Amino acid sequence: MLAAMWELYKVAWQGAGWEWPVRPDDTSMPHVWSIVDALFEPARRGGDDLYGVILVRAAFATFREAVVGFLLGTVLGLALALLFLKSGLLRRGLMPYVVVSQTIPLIAIAPMVVIWVRGNGWPAWIGVAAISAYLTFFPVTVNLLRGLTSPSATSLELMRSYAATHTQVLMKLRLPASLPYLFTALKIGATASVVGALVGELPAGLQDGLGRALLNGAQYFITRPEQLYAAVLVAAALGLLFAGLVGLIERIVIPHRPHGAEAS
Amino acid sequence: MIVVDIRSVDKTFNAGRTGEVTALTGIDLAIEPGEFVTLLGPSGCGKSTLLRLIGDLAAPTSGTVAVNGKPPGRARRDRDYGMVFQAPTLFDWRTVIRNVVLPLELAGRSRSEAQAKALEMLELVGLREFAGHHPWQLSGGMQQRVAIARALTFEPALLLMDEPLGALDEMTREKLQGELLRIWSETGTTVVFVTHSISEAVFLSNRVVVMSARPGRIVGIVPVELPYPRDINTREAPAYFAKVTEVRELLRGSEVASR
Repeated sequence: MLAAMWELYKVAWQGAGWEWPVRPDDTSMPHVWSIVDALFEPARRGGDDLYGVILVRAAFATFREAVVGFLLGTVLGLALALLFLKSGLLRRGLMPYVVVSQTIPLIAIAPMVVIWVRGNGWPAWIGVAAISAYLTFFPVTVNLLRGLTSPSATSLELMRSYAATHTQVLMKLRLPASLPYLFTALKIGATASVVGALVGELPAGLQDGLGRALLNGAQYFITRPEQLYAAVLVAAALGLLFAGLVGLIERIVIPHRPHGAEAS
Repeated sequence: MIVVDIRSVDKTFNAGRTGEVTALTGIDLAIEPGEFVTLLGPSGCGKSTLLRLIGDLAAPTSGTVAVNGKPPGRARRDRDYGMVFQAPTLFDWRTVIRNVVLPLELAGRSRSEAQAKALEMLELVGLREFAGHHPWQLSGGMQQRVAIARALTFEPALLLMDEPLGALDEMTREKLQGELLRIWSETGTTVVFVTHSISEAVFLSNRVVVMSARPGRIVGIVPVELPYPRDINTREAPAYFAKVTEVRELLRGSEVASR
């Protein structure tokens, strides 16, 4: 569908002689088949490995960083949300910093984190994972806190009438009620963690990740534009795959809950 | 022994601050075991607040409340109450049976015991075959029956109901009133029931506690001597209409007096 529109745009714009908003020539917009072909050609003339194989291998490396970062970020987000639920004082005190943390551009944070991690003698990919975690924890904290406070006053009074302990209220009411919120956050976090890993790889100087492949593609864009597009495709596929995986887990954890059915 | 013993209770919200509201004043009420008592009155008469004082969801500003001879907090921890609210408040991530099991689960009862008890209660409200359903698959009336079954799992000495049928349509409402009386006679539990429907109060109760607003107080207690079991014939009996009229007059009288 998208591919068809892409090609249609090229034909129509070339026919009409339009150059706006994007010039339809083969450098700015290579043919879909050249992009796909690029995946099945050697990366360099005379090279052994197909470009697609290199990209998939790179995607695996990036995926590892993203997953570790995602898990770290989720745990951190969970801990913060629970802390903020427990103490309104901490919530009011720390929440502004949590928000501010997300307004600092990633390209500013990434080199710092990489240098810190390197200073500790840890492998560079840990730093990349930390950057992914940095992007993941925020939606988890905000959404989970929302979910934990979502039960109605009546639900809470019901638990009180059963003489439920704080832990029981958390485990039997607040956490189950917050699962839909949590999974929304995890889907955002999954894609964000991939972005974090891609960007983090550059200052970390990692050679084997997808971020580096994207950068290389950008450098050789004029001569081989289809390689950058191919790398972008693989990066997008990776984000989709990760978000899809989270969606799959959601379907297992929250079975057949219809849309719009709220706790009454 | 008296199940609920309320003596000269006042309840003031925001006491001593701006926006002070006297919700209840000078409340005295004693409820005997096995009684079905209704708190009836217009919005703002404090009937729900009174129920909440009994259920330890709020504390009186002055006066004392005793449930089974204990302070309400103690009675709550002893799980002497079952509560039903206007909204069924079922947890939609749990099936019907697991909703009914919840109070027993929280009390640390064994799984098999809780399961058996819950099935018994679902049988009582006529929903045994819906045990495996999720709440959203049930109608409003069925959801409220599940909530009643859940409230009964402890076999509580006292069932507190805050306008439990208020959100239902007239037909479902009358049907559930009949069911509620059957459940009440089968379990022998004491019921305190809040409503603003005169006919509902008269049809259900041994005694109707008529309340009035601004400030919330009891203006009269009307005994309803109509024989149980009550059914459709009760609703058409002259004695029933006479009671409804008596209660209505009392409500209107209090309204005129407070002007």
